[in-house]
Amino acid sequence: MKIQKILDIFAVLMVCVALYFAFIFAPSEKVMGAIQRIFYFHVSSAWIAFFAFFVTFVFSILFLIKQNYLFDDIAESSAEIGILFCTIVLITGPIWAKPAWGVWWTWDPRLTTTTILWFIYAGYLMLRKFIDEPDKRARFASAVGIIGFIDVPIVFFSIRWWRTIHPNVVQEGGGGLHPDMTKALLISVFAFTVLYAALLLKRTHIASLTRKIDSLEG
Amino acid sequence: MNYLRTISAVVKKDLLHELKSREIVVSMLLFSVLTVVVFSFIFEPGSEFKNRVVGGILWMSVIFAGLLGLNKSMMSEVDGGNFSALMLAPVDRSAIFFGKAISNFLFMTIVEAITIPLFMVLYNVNIFNTGFLPLVVFFLGTYGFAILGTLFSIISVNTRTREVMLPLLLLPVMVPVILASVQALNIYVLGNDVVESYKWLKLLAVFDIIFTVVVFAVFDFIVED
Repeated sequence: MKIQKILDIFAVLMVCVALYFAFIFAPSEKVMGAIQRIFYFHVSSAWIAFFAFFVTFVFSILFLIKQNYLFDDIAESSAEIGILFCTIVLITGPIWAKPAWGVWWTWDPRLTTTTILWFIYAGYLMLRKFIDEPDKRARFASAVGIIGFIDVPIVFFSIRWWRTIHPNVVQEGGGGLHPDMTKALLISVFAFTVLYAALLLKRTHIASLTRKIDSLEG
Repeated sequence: MNYLRTISAVVKKDLLHELKSREIVVSMLLFSVLTVVVFSFIFEPGSEFKNRVVGGILWMSVIFAGLLGLNKSMMSEVDGGNFSALMLAPVDRSAIFFGKAISNFLFMTIVEAITIPLFMVLYNVNIFNTGFLPLVVFFLGTYGFAILGTLFSIISVNTRTREVMLPLLLLPVMVPVILASVQALNIYVLGNDVVESYKWLKLLAVFDIIFTVVVFAVFDFIVED
């Protein structure tokens, strides 16, 4: 209980700090202007989405090995948070792309991979809703959680061979980011990570309570 | 040795069942040919543009028919309780899985063997312009589809919504296979240098190997009961 409260307060504080860094501290981009500031939250959300799905992957494997339902709860909770942030990525992306590239959408590898990622985990969450037996649900969902995550890099490479135009800002050597922009980005990523931890703790708590109630009713 | 015997027993059972009922292959075949015909309405017949899209049309008709067949094949296992009986058998469970995957692969191959020539006649294209590499594409692509499709069809028929879940789970994961197969086929149809298609063939092979290993590793865990 206590650790949840501390994390909550810390997450709120960190998000406020990140807002300050993104909107006031970081300099305006020369060509794109204010619209570029969406980048800090876009990249942070993308990082959380991938990280959350990685957590689902790891806990799916752990569940299959240890058969501990807490691991299944964590995998489910993380996938749900992941899809939330994945949705944020897919919304903030086009908002930036329209003024920067002139189009809302393009079939670039990262955009397309993120979309496919969204569909894989939307399927994962739907699957969970459609199986009533908890043990079957956990085992089948784990299989999808594992296969889905392994598939992501293959999807990415296949689409990269097909086409690419996405800007590569975080390559070796910084790729032309102003030092203050890098600071703002790092703080934003950190803030989102804390937020993710707070959400995961809460969501997992709810999932295990739900499981308890279901087993009492059953 | 025992492992291979189990696989061949499952395949034999499926082929025998299909030979008697002919439900799976016939419905798949009708569906794939129908898809080919319906897709012809999206562009002017005989236009040069068609050469850029026929690879995609051919492959999608196979994928859609495959989805239909996978559901049908797994439903008949589950409905009669046959799948539970197979799981109770004192043999390696992954052998049963690979048996099912191979029979699904064979069903799809039969459908392709009829759909592809029909397609070439109807669309007036020769996909074998530059040799027989398209057969490799179909072999690798169909295998990848069958291996993950069989696993996801077992999962899908165990849900409340039954067959609805299969395309939702399978299609996004199949993106590399679809993309690689379509791109490679386009290279052959347009008569481009076949060397360009090697990377797509490699991608298909890598996909197949990775997921054969992954499915082999997880299958025992997910059907435990």
